[in-house]
Amino acid sequence: MVPITVYLIVAAVLFGIGTVGVLISRNIIIMFMSIELMLNAANLALIAFSRALQVPDGHAFVFLVLTVAAAEAAVGLAIVITLYRNRETINIDRFNLMKW
Amino acid sequence: MNLDTIVFFVSAIVAVFGATMMIAQRNPVASVLYFIVSLVAQAVLYIQLGSVFMGAVLVIVYAGAILVLFLFVIMLLNLRGQENLTDRSPSVSRFTKYLISALLFVEMWFVVKSGFFPDAGQVGVMVEAPGTFGSVEEIAMVLFTRYLYPFELTSILILAAIVGAVVMAKRERSGGAPSTPSKGQEPTNTVDEAGR
Repeated sequence: MVPITVYLIVAAVLFGIGTVGVLISRNIIIMFMSIELMLNAANLALIAFSRALQVPDGHAFVFLVLTVAAAEAAVGLAIVITLYRNRETINIDRFNLMKW
Repeated sequence: MNLDTIVFFVSAIVAVFGATMMIAQRNPVASVLYFIVSLVAQAVLYIQLGSVFMGAVLVIVYAGAILVLFLFVIMLLNLRGQENLTDRSPSVSRFTKYLISALLFVEMWFVVKSGFFPDAGQVGVMVEAPGTFGSVEEIAMVLFTRYLYPFELTSILILAAIVGAVVMAKRERSGGAPSTPSKGQEPTNTVDEAGR
Protein backbone atom coordinates (compact mmCIF):
# COMPACT_ATOMS: atom_id res chain seq x y z
CA MET A 1 0.00 0.00 0.00
CA VAL A 2 1.29 3.47 -0.85
CA PRO A 3 1.73 5.58 2.31
CA ILE A 4 -0.52 8.57 2.84
CA THR A 5 2.29 11.12 2.64
CA VAL A 6 2.81 10.27 -1.03
CA TYR A 7 -0.85 10.96 -1.74
CA LEU A 8 -0.56 14.22 0.16
CA ILE A 9 2.46 15.20 -1.91
CA VAL A 10 0.49 14.54 -5.11
CA ALA A 11 -2.31 16.71 -3.72
CA ALA A 12 0.21 19.43 -2.85
CA VAL A 13 1.70 19.32 -6.36
CA LEU A 14 -1.76 19.63 -7.91
CA PHE A 15 -2.58 22.53 -5.60
CA GLY A 16 0.69 24.23 -6.52
CA ILE A 17 -0.04 23.84 -10.23
CA GLY A 18 -3.47 25.34 -9.60
CA THR A 19 -1.86 28.30 -7.84
CA VAL A 20 0.53 28.85 -10.74
CA GLY A 21 -2.42 28.69 -13.14
CA VAL A 22 -4.40 31.28 -11.21
CA LEU A 23 -1.42 33.62 -10.98
CA ILE A 24 0.07 33.46 -14.47
CA SER A 25 -2.99 32.92 -16.64
CA ARG A 26 -4.49 35.83 -18.54
CA ASN A 27 -7.45 33.84 -19.79
CA ILE A 28 -10.28 34.09 -17.28
CA ILE A 29 -11.63 30.63 -18.14
CA ILE A 30 -8.28 28.89 -17.59
CA MET A 31 -7.92 30.84 -14.36
CA PHE A 32 -11.32 29.58 -13.28
CA MET A 33 -10.41 25.99 -14.11
CA SER A 34 -7.25 26.34 -12.03
CA ILE A 35 -9.45 27.20 -9.04
CA GLU A 36 -11.41 24.01 -9.69
CA LEU A 37 -8.11 22.12 -9.81
CA MET A 38 -7.18 23.49 -6.39
CA LEU A 39 -10.53 22.27 -5.02
CA ASN A 40 -9.80 18.86 -6.50
CA ALA A 41 -6.40 18.72 -4.84
CA ALA A 42 -8.04 19.43 -1.49
CA ASN A 43 -10.52 16.64 -2.21
CA LEU A 44 -7.71 14.19 -2.87
CA ALA A 45 -6.12 15.07 0.47
CA LEU A 46 -9.46 14.63 2.24
CA ILE A 47 -10.00 11.20 0.70
CA ALA A 48 -6.46 10.14 1.63
CA PHE A 49 -6.96 11.24 5.24
CA SER A 50 -10.32 9.51 5.35
CA ARG A 51 -8.70 6.29 4.25
CA ALA A 52 -5.75 6.58 6.60
CA LEU A 53 -7.91 7.32 9.66
CA GLN A 54 -10.54 4.74 8.65
CA VAL A 55 -13.44 7.17 9.07
CA PRO A 56 -16.01 7.98 6.36
CA ASP A 57 -16.33 11.68 7.28
CA GLY A 58 -13.89 12.73 4.59
CA HIS A 59 -16.23 11.39 1.96
CA ALA A 60 -19.03 13.60 3.26
CA PHE A 61 -16.71 16.61 3.08
CA VAL A 62 -15.75 15.74 -0.49
CA PHE A 63 -19.42 15.45 -1.36
CA LEU A 64 -20.11 18.94 -0.01
CA VAL A 65 -17.02 20.36 -1.76
CA LEU A 66 -18.25 18.94 -5.07
CA THR A 67 -21.61 20.62 -4.55
CA VAL A 68 -19.98 23.96 -3.78
CA ALA A 69 -17.73 23.58 -6.84
CA ALA A 70 -20.73 22.98 -9.07
CA ALA A 71 -22.54 26.04 -7.72
CA GLU A 72 -19.37 28.10 -8.07
CA ALA A 73 -18.93 26.99 -11.68
CA ALA A 74 -22.49 28.00 -12.55
CA VAL A 75 -22.23 31.47 -11.01
CA GLY A 76 -18.68 32.05 -12.22
CA LEU A 77 -19.45 31.17 -15.81
CA ALA A 78 -22.48 33.47 -15.70
CA ILE A 79 -20.12 36.24 -14.58
CA VAL A 80 -17.74 35.35 -17.44
CA ILE A 81 -20.60 35.61 -19.93
CA THR A 82 -21.63 39.01 -18.57
CA LEU A 83 -18.05 40.30 -18.63
CA TYR A 84 -17.54 39.10 -22.19
CA ARG A 85 -20.78 40.73 -23.28
CA ASN A 86 -19.70 44.08 -21.86
CA ARG A 87 -16.00 44.06 -22.81
CA GLU A 88 -15.70 41.66 -25.76
CA THR A 89 -12.61 40.08 -24.21
CA ILE A 90 -11.63 37.41 -21.72
CA ASN A 91 -8.29 38.98 -20.87
CA ILE A 92 -8.20 39.29 -17.10
CA ASP A 93 -6.03 42.41 -17.23
CA ARG A 94 -8.86 44.30 -18.89
CA PHE A 95 -11.17 43.75 -15.94
CA ASN A 96 -9.42 46.18 -13.64
CA LEU A 97 -12.32 48.53 -13.00
CA MET A 98 -15.20 47.82 -10.70
CA LYS A 99 -17.39 50.38 -12.42
CA TRP A 100 -17.18 51.75 -15.95
CA MET B 1 7.13 -2.93 -6.83
CA ASN B 2 3.69 -4.41 -6.94
CA LEU B 3 0.74 -3.55 -9.13
CA ASP B 4 -0.74 -1.15 -6.59
CA THR B 5 2.34 1.06 -6.64
CA ILE B 6 2.57 1.00 -10.42
CA VAL B 7 -1.10 2.05 -10.78
CA PHE B 8 -0.54 4.81 -8.26
CA PHE B 9 2.51 6.26 -9.96
CA VAL B 10 1.05 6.07 -13.44
CA SER B 11 -2.17 7.82 -12.43
CA ALA B 12 -0.34 10.39 -10.29
CA ILE B 13 1.96 11.27 -13.19
CA VAL B 14 -0.98 11.49 -15.59
CA ALA B 15 -2.88 13.73 -13.14
CA VAL B 16 0.06 16.11 -12.74
CA PHE B 17 0.77 16.05 -16.49
CA GLY B 18 -2.84 16.89 -17.35
CA ALA B 19 -2.88 19.73 -14.83
CA THR B 20 0.39 21.15 -16.17
CA MET B 21 -0.79 21.01 -19.75
CA MET B 22 -4.06 22.60 -18.67
CA ILE B 23 -2.42 25.79 -17.47
CA ALA B 24 0.09 25.79 -20.33
CA GLN B 25 -2.47 25.78 -23.15
CA ARG B 26 -3.54 28.87 -25.02
CA ASN B 27 -6.69 27.38 -26.45
CA PRO B 28 -9.36 27.06 -23.72
CA VAL B 29 -10.94 24.01 -25.36
CA ALA B 30 -7.65 22.07 -25.24
CA SER B 31 -7.27 23.25 -21.67
CA VAL B 32 -10.66 21.78 -20.70
CA LEU B 33 -9.78 18.48 -22.38
CA TYR B 34 -6.48 18.25 -20.48
CA PHE B 35 -8.35 18.97 -17.27
CA ILE B 36 -10.63 16.01 -18.03
CA VAL B 37 -7.52 13.80 -18.45
CA SER B 38 -6.28 14.97 -15.06
CA LEU B 39 -9.68 14.34 -13.48
CA VAL B 40 -9.92 10.78 -14.76
CA ALA B 41 -6.47 10.06 -13.33
CA GLN B 42 -7.57 11.55 -10.01
CA ALA B 43 -10.65 9.31 -10.08
CA VAL B 44 -8.30 6.33 -10.41
CA LEU B 45 -6.48 7.56 -7.30
CA TYR B 46 -9.80 7.82 -5.43
CA ILE B 47 -10.74 4.27 -6.42
CA GLN B 48 -7.33 3.07 -5.33
CA LEU B 49 -7.93 4.68 -1.96
CA GLY B 50 -11.07 2.58 -1.61
CA SER B 51 -13.69 5.21 -2.34
CA VAL B 52 -15.24 3.80 -5.48
CA PHE B 53 -18.38 5.90 -5.17
CA MET B 54 -16.47 9.18 -4.96
CA GLY B 55 -14.38 8.24 -7.98
CA ALA B 56 -17.54 7.64 -9.97
CA VAL B 57 -19.07 10.90 -8.73
CA LEU B 58 -15.91 12.77 -9.72
CA VAL B 59 -16.07 11.48 -13.27
CA ILE B 60 -19.84 11.91 -13.63
CA VAL B 61 -20.28 15.29 -11.94
CA TYR B 62 -16.96 16.98 -12.75
CA ALA B 63 -16.03 15.59 -16.13
CA GLY B 64 -19.60 15.00 -17.18
CA ALA B 65 -21.37 18.12 -15.97
CA ILE B 66 -19.10 20.94 -14.81
CA LEU B 67 -16.51 20.71 -17.57
CA VAL B 68 -19.20 20.30 -20.20
CA LEU B 69 -20.63 23.55 -18.81
CA PHE B 70 -17.19 25.12 -19.33
CA LEU B 71 -17.09 23.83 -22.91
CA PHE B 72 -20.59 25.12 -23.48
CA VAL B 73 -19.66 28.59 -22.28
CA ILE B 74 -16.53 28.61 -24.45
CA MET B 75 -18.71 27.68 -27.42
CA LEU B 76 -21.20 30.38 -26.47
CA LEU B 77 -18.51 33.03 -26.27
CA ASN B 78 -17.25 31.89 -29.68
CA LEU B 79 -13.61 31.83 -28.58
CA ARG B 80 -11.10 30.42 -30.99
CA GLY B 81 -8.00 30.60 -28.83
CA GLN B 82 -6.54 33.46 -30.81
CA GLU B 83 -7.38 36.32 -28.50
CA ASN B 84 -4.66 38.84 -27.96
CA LEU B 85 -3.90 38.25 -24.30
CA THR B 86 -0.56 40.04 -24.17
CA ASP B 87 -1.43 43.62 -25.00
CA ARG B 88 -0.61 44.87 -21.52
CA SER B 89 2.31 44.14 -19.29
CA PRO B 90 1.22 42.51 -16.03
CA SER B 91 1.40 44.51 -12.85
CA VAL B 92 3.43 41.78 -11.11
CA SER B 93 6.31 40.11 -12.91
CA ARG B 94 6.05 36.49 -13.89
CA PHE B 95 9.05 35.52 -11.80
CA THR B 96 7.37 36.82 -8.65
CA LYS B 97 4.31 34.72 -9.40
CA TYR B 98 6.38 31.55 -9.82
CA LEU B 99 8.26 32.41 -6.64
CA ILE B 100 5.05 32.80 -4.64
CA SER B 101 3.74 29.46 -5.93
CA ALA B 102 7.03 27.72 -5.20
CA LEU B 103 7.03 29.12 -1.66
CA LEU B 104 3.49 27.84 -1.13
CA PHE B 105 4.47 24.40 -2.41
CA VAL B 106 7.54 24.24 -0.17
CA GLU B 107 5.36 25.18 2.77
CA MET B 108 2.91 22.39 2.00
CA TRP B 109 5.83 19.99 1.55
CA PHE B 110 7.16 20.81 5.01
CA VAL B 111 3.74 20.36 6.57
CA VAL B 112 3.36 16.95 4.92
CA LYS B 113 6.86 15.85 5.84
CA SER B 114 7.00 17.24 9.35
CA GLY B 115 4.69 14.71 10.96
CA PHE B 116 2.61 17.63 12.17
CA PHE B 117 -0.55 15.54 12.25
CA PRO B 118 -1.58 13.96 15.53
CA ASP B 119 -0.57 10.35 15.78
CA ALA B 120 1.58 10.65 12.69
CA GLY B 121 3.14 7.26 13.16
CA GLN B 122 -0.18 5.56 12.69
CA VAL B 123 -1.40 7.84 9.93
CA GLY B 124 1.70 7.37 7.85
CA VAL B 125 1.10 3.71 7.23
CA MET B 126 -1.98 2.68 5.32
CA VAL B 127 -3.72 -0.26 6.93
CA GLU B 128 -6.02 -2.53 5.00
CA ALA B 129 -9.48 -0.98 4.91
CA PRO B 130 -12.57 -2.96 5.85
CA GLY B 131 -14.66 -4.12 2.93
CA THR B 132 -17.44 -1.60 3.48
CA PHE B 133 -15.10 1.40 3.43
CA GLY B 134 -16.18 4.02 0.92
CA SER B 135 -19.32 2.17 -0.03
CA VAL B 136 -22.48 4.08 -0.86
CA GLU B 137 -24.10 2.76 2.30
CA GLU B 138 -21.37 4.07 4.55
CA ILE B 139 -21.24 7.49 2.89
CA ALA B 140 -25.02 7.83 3.04
CA MET B 141 -24.98 6.79 6.69
CA VAL B 142 -22.64 9.60 7.68
CA LEU B 143 -24.07 12.14 5.23
CA PHE B 144 -27.66 11.76 6.40
CA THR B 145 -27.00 11.55 10.11
CA ARG B 146 -24.01 13.52 11.34
CA TYR B 147 -23.83 15.90 8.37
CA LEU B 148 -27.55 16.20 7.69
CA TYR B 149 -27.66 19.93 8.46
CA PRO B 150 -24.81 20.91 6.08
CA PHE B 151 -26.29 18.60 3.49
CA GLU B 152 -29.62 20.40 3.67
CA LEU B 153 -27.85 23.76 3.56
CA THR B 154 -26.28 22.84 0.23
CA SER B 155 -29.76 22.79 -1.29
CA ILE B 156 -30.16 26.45 -0.32
CA LEU B 157 -26.71 27.12 -1.76
CA ILE B 158 -27.66 25.54 -5.07
CA LEU B 159 -30.92 27.49 -5.16
CA ALA B 160 -29.00 30.72 -4.60
CA ALA B 161 -26.52 29.71 -7.32
CA ILE B 162 -29.33 29.05 -9.80
CA VAL B 163 -30.97 32.41 -9.12
CA GLY B 164 -27.60 34.17 -9.20
CA ALA B 165 -26.59 32.58 -12.50
CA VAL B 166 -29.89 33.55 -14.12
CA VAL B 167 -29.68 37.12 -12.83
CA MET B 168 -26.06 37.47 -13.96
CA ALA B 169 -26.44 36.00 -17.42
CA LYS B 170 -29.74 37.68 -18.24
CA ARG B 171 -29.46 40.53 -20.67
CA GLU B 172 -30.60 43.92 -19.50
CA ARG B 173 -33.82 45.03 -21.07
CA SER B 174 -32.91 48.50 -22.31
CA GLY B 175 -29.52 50.09 -22.85
CA GLY B 176 -26.71 48.83 -20.68
CA ALA B 177 -25.37 46.46 -23.31
CA PRO B 178 -23.52 48.49 -25.94
CA SER B 179 -21.86 45.44 -27.44
CA THR B 180 -23.31 43.57 -30.34
CA PRO B 181 -25.36 40.61 -29.14
CA SER B 182 -23.89 37.19 -29.73
CA LYS B 183 -26.01 34.76 -31.61
CA GLY B 184 -26.06 32.12 -28.90
CA GLN B 185 -28.05 34.38 -26.61
CA GLU B 186 -31.07 34.81 -28.81
CA PRO B 187 -33.13 31.75 -27.80
CA THR B 188 -32.83 32.64 -24.12
CA ASN B 189 -34.15 36.10 -24.81
CA THR B 190 -37.18 34.91 -26.77
CA VAL B 191 -38.06 32.44 -24.05
CA ASP B 192 -37.73 35.26 -21.56
CA GLU B 193 -40.09 37.49 -23.50
CA ALA B 194 -42.56 34.68 -24.08
CA GLY B 195 -42.62 34.06 -20.36
CA ARG B 196 -43.69 37.58 -19.49
